Amino acid sequence: MLDENLVSIDKHIETHVNVPGALMPLLHAIQDDVGYVPESAYTRIAKALNLSVAEVHGVVSFYHHFRTHAPGKHILQLCRAESCQAMGSEALESYVKKTLGVDYHQTTADGAITLEPIYCLGNCACSPAVLIDDQVCGRVDIDRMNEIIAEARRA
Amino acid sequence: MAINVYVPRDSSALSLGAHKVAANIQAEALRRGIEINLIRNGSRGLFWLETMVEVATAKGRVAYGPVMPKDVASLFDADFTQGAAHPLNLGLTDEIEWLKKQERLTFVRVGITDPVSVEDYVSHDGFKGLKNALAKSGAEIVKEVTDSGLRGRGGAAFPTGIKWNTVLNAPADQKYIVCNADEGDSGTYSDRMIMEGDPLVLVEGMTIASLAVGATQGYIYLRSEYPDALVTLNEAIANAYQAGYLGDDICGSGKRFHLEVRRAAGAYVCGEETSLLESLEGKRGLVRFKPPLPAIEGLFGKPTVVNNVISLATVPIILDKGGKFYQDFGMGRSRGTLPIQLAGNIKQCGLVEKAFGVTLRELLYDFGGGSASGKPIRAVQVGGPLGAFLPESQFDTPLDYEKFTEIWAVLGHGGIVAFDETVDMAKMARYAFEFCAVESCGKCTPCRIGSTRGVEVMDKIIAGEDHAKNITLVRDLSDTMLNGSLCALGGMTPFPVLSAMNHFPEDFGLQKGKAA
Repeated sequence: MLDENLVSIDKHIETHVNVPGALMPLLHAIQDDVGYVPESAYTRIAKALNLSVAEVHGVVSFYHHFRTHAPGKHILQLCRAESCQAMGSEALESYVKKTLGVDYHQTTADGAITLEPIYCLGNCACSPAVLIDDQVCGRVDIDRMNEIIAEARRA
Repeated sequence: MAINVYVPRDSSALSLGAHKVAANIQAEALRRGIEINLIRNGSRGLFWLETMVEVATAKGRVAYGPVMPKDVASLFDADFTQGAAHPLNLGLTDEIEWLKKQERLTFVRVGITDPVSVEDYVSHDGFKGLKNALAKSGAEIVKEVTDSGLRGRGGAAFPTGIKWNTVLNAPADQKYIVCNADEGDSGTYSDRMIMEGDPLVLVEGMTIASLAVGATQGYIYLRSEYPDALVTLNEAIANAYQAGYLGDDICGSGKRFHLEVRRAAGAYVCGEETSLLESLEGKRGLVRFKPPLPAIEGLFGKPTVVNNVISLATVPIILDKGGKFYQDFGMGRSRGTLPIQLAGNIKQCGLVEKAFGVTLRELLYDFGGGSASGKPIRAVQVGGPLGAFLPESQFDTPLDYEKFTEIWAVLGHGGIVAFDETVDMAKMARYAFEFCAVESCGKCTPCRIGSTRGVEVMDKIIAGEDHAKNITLVRDLSDTMLNGSLCALGGMTPFPVLSAMNHFPEDFGLQKGKAA
């Protein structure tokens, strides 16, 4: 891991150390900044919050949102929940996996897109829905999906 | 004078291009020298018409939709800023039948006001409930909420007033108000619409709750899947602080209440209140044993009110108009209104707030307009991934907590997901187990192991392997999960599984009308 990452992680630890229930906001701050929660930071986090390294690992691994490795440049999350299923998300899912050549939790060979499943974006009135980084997209058909992928590869 | 033009900032509208529509309107107005005041409102909840643009005219607000970014120039050509005719003109918003047939109490301001403007909120009856609450004792506020008949809208339907009363009477140096905004149920989005469309009503509701029970700190536990709601909530909270509606001296009363948003991290089980509290404390979201109830020993071991977004957002109108006013809506023991969310394979998906008693059929056909695909609706799942699947023969059931219990179903958070005839109910039953396996917190065995075994048994049933034996096994497993799980995740996964099997036996290789 780069030294600059550790420096910014220390900065986040400092800001959060006195917050009640600090671990979750701290992990979010680190992932928002660095893109993931590096395992090499566990010891520093544990020490600052008076926890064991196992406890930190336990929390990071419990929540689907936290990653311990750098993702691709963009994160594409496909909704797998019922409303999207009712509107054809399974076909979209197989199309995306085939087009990108990856399964869930994997990153495309060019490093552009990491594919993740997600369970409901609250966009059920406009199913099927996907999330590209922080942008929700609704009524996603194959054409729209191609646009989303192309845009992600460009940017 | 500048003309008020409204373009929603609701994330569903954004998912269909509302930001681009807004940008195009701004640019086009500038180019043509038309002075407009662009307001980013919440959504009115007619999602098949999003992006729905509104213009304030002398006769009232005129709606246009669905507006695509490419339509903007033609709207200006037709003089839409004067409410003029255009193929996308929907007439006066208030006259749209779909909205007129509703009883909007909790959602009274959503889509109408600028969500983050305290001034706009106040000019639309905002903070009236808080003002009344400030003149009452804690016990009087609790009584008003109890009299309203309000029950927890998150799904459990526990009377809100009784919960508050327990916290009020629990002596402690510190108490908390926690808003459960971990709206994880598929097919539900009413919490999100409130947080993006009228977040100040939630701020007001939580502040009233704090006055009622004597709490000074509040947390909104917001799911990480709602990035837009996070932005809107934080803006609204900052503005409320600035205007003196939050902080050390609420409206000059000397009362203190602080509020912050905490982000969840994608665990469905954290919608369960004790798991949520663990998560807020910075731990794995493992479900706690009850008792003690969170009302006695909640966050950091202190008495805590944990309520859903809709429950808290309904409190201001109750304190404004009185418990009796709210209680007059509804049927049986289900009082007031329910914000219902139409989702899945429905032509006109959206938010319908109605008094309890409306039937599924009215919602699916009168409001929803039938399926989106044009094929017959075969099944609907009400109440999220742990809700039962209902066949057409049950579509006349009125939305009422007790009526749903009678048919072994739940209303939950009011989400309705429709499926057309192409749905394979055995696959849906398998998915219910799979979802439970992905999301189980792992604390109790029936849920942790039962869910995975359930997927395996369903695979065998679908493959036709030892069919009769595996059907018996899946029923037996469901019975164990129903009766032996620690919380609703494992305890209610059998609802979708068994209802699918009982109502649609033909999809499980069983004879129709004769479920095993």
